[in-house]
Amino acid sequence: MSWYLTLPLIIPFAAAIIAFLLRNTSGGAWVSIIGSGLGLIASITLMAVVLDAGVVAGQMGNWPAPFGITLVADLLSAVMVLITAITGFAVAIYALGDITARQGKLGYHALFQILLAGVTGAFLTGDLFNLYVWFEVMLIASFGLLILNGGKEQIDGGVKYVALNLISTILFLTGIGLLYGMTGTLNFADLALKVDAIENQGLLTVVAMMFMVAFGVKAAVFPLFFWLPAAYHTPSFAVSAVFAGLLTKVGVYALIRMFTMVFDHDIGFTHTVLLWVACFTMVVGVLGAAAQSDFRKILSFHIISQIGYMILGLALMTPLALVGAVFYLVHHIIVKANLFLIAGIAKRLTGGTEVYKIGGLYKSAPFLAILFLIPAFSLAGFPPLSGFWAKYIIVKATLDVEMWFVAFIALAVGLMTIYSMTKIWAEAFWKPHPDGIEPELRTLPNKAAQLIPVAGLAALTIVIGLNPEPFVIFAERTTEQLLDPTAYITTVLGEAR
Amino acid sequence: MEQLLSVLIGVLVASAVFLMLSRNLLRFLFGLILLSNAANLTIFVAGRLTPGAPPLVPDGLDAPIGDVANALPQALVLTAIVIGFGLFAFALILAFRTYQSLGTLNTDEMRVAEPKEIK
Repeated sequence: MSWYLTLPLIIPFAAAIIAFLLRNTSGGAWVSIIGSGLGLIASITLMAVVLDAGVVAGQMGNWPAPFGITLVADLLSAVMVLITAITGFAVAIYALGDITARQGKLGYHALFQILLAGVTGAFLTGDLFNLYVWFEVMLIASFGLLILNGGKEQIDGGVKYVALNLISTILFLTGIGLLYGMTGTLNFADLALKVDAIENQGLLTVVAMMFMVAFGVKAAVFPLFFWLPAAYHTPSFAVSAVFAGLLTKVGVYALIRMFTMVFDHDIGFTHTVLLWVACFTMVVGVLGAAAQSDFRKILSFHIISQIGYMILGLALMTPLALVGAVFYLVHHIIVKANLFLIAGIAKRLTGGTEVYKIGGLYKSAPFLAILFLIPAFSLAGFPPLSGFWAKYIIVKATLDVEMWFVAFIALAVGLMTIYSMTKIWAEAFWKPHPDGIEPELRTLPNKAAQLIPVAGLAALTIVIGLNPEPFVIFAERTTEQLLDPTAYITTVLGEAR
Repeated sequence: MEQLLSVLIGVLVASAVFLMLSRNLLRFLFGLILLSNAANLTIFVAGRLTPGAPPLVPDGLDAPIGDVANALPQALVLTAIVIGFGLFAFALILAFRTYQSLGTLNTDEMRVAEPKEIK
């Protein structure tokens, strides 16, 4: 049994159980922090193993693939697990200053750990049906976290979130059934081999489209994103940060996995659809953000527009474009989670998230202002931050295939992103507070717990931005594995013990 | 048998879509459970139906003799039913709480978390 594959899953589940038993004490939060810390160590170990071996696979219960339950980690899985653990650790610390004792009693920390386990499981599984099960683990935990406060807003947002996600789940399940009926297998590696032998390739495209819609809902692409801006601004800030960072990216990961490995039979059709979807997602997301005035709603719409860039990378399907997609995925999780955490601090200092009704943060809390500028500029793509390289690679990839108009859209959307970030900056930070409040960081309760994760994630953005070469080389290796899954397939199927 | 089940799946999906187009949240949820049952039946049929040949391994052997029914789709369906049941239970409670705190089940009237309408 390969313990380094199972530990990133076992640790959060164990932490969830202990945190649930300790939910009536203040210990739950600390269990969550320690659990996430151990999870981070486990995922660093996994990363080290994968960097060394390329692909590692383990068959649970020792049933050989494709019959048993397979856990696989290639470079893409490993980096997603690692980034999940980093975000989880940061948010677990932040929860000390954000999550009330009442929310702790209702089981916040246990649900949070289960969410992390679900996300990690989705990245590590090598089997389509288990991907469905991990999606459900993630989904039910996110339902619980979303409506934990039980206020009118949360329930309103929760209804829309639950309804649309359940439809996507059922579509996913139907797709699994049909794909199983055609190939007789559910293992990714086995599927990659068997889809070529299907006589009716048209039917395969139909099933591919079902998966595209199902994962598209999860990834919040145009025109399936409506649940996201309806819900993401309602829960606690720690919850919306982890949602914003991780949940949609599981959908993107699933799209990348399926549409590079299994559904690469008719790229001319499926990836053209993805290209249109990507362009519309970018444009609609950024225009939606321009119309909003709530800190978190602006950020929510920006999630959508940024998802467009990642899908664009997948749609082009050239090596450089996929490098861009992988790089973007990692950069985006760090930056987006960080911005939501900052929104929480801003709310506690100024008393609101409606940017026109708050202000004065630059004058009285300059440190927070700098911490905001780093991820905000990174999101917009300013050099030398991580977002610049992510956008640069994607735009370069579109220019390489001579899609001038797509490149224009990508650049124009970047410009619009700056507009929204400047709006937040000018209103929430630059102008004086309309009520004359001078919010100071000193007055923030538990300020170390809130500022350390924000500063840590900002530092990570700068590190990637100033020293992008190892990350790009890593993304190139990941792309090689995605475009040529031979190593993946032989590791999974050949390791039958 | 396959044809009969396919027609049944079609009827289930059609009535599910009809119910889910309603503005009433409860009707939507009833549609959802019909749709999830249709998905379960799809998996069941996609795994091929083999009547009268249970996949039993005779004493002393490692594998069953001859063609037997495929047991995997049933395991998948069972898992999907359990998960679906849990999600549906949650969704029902959510609908109940929605009615309690918002006083309505009409999704058009749920605008607490939406931006204010400019008149």
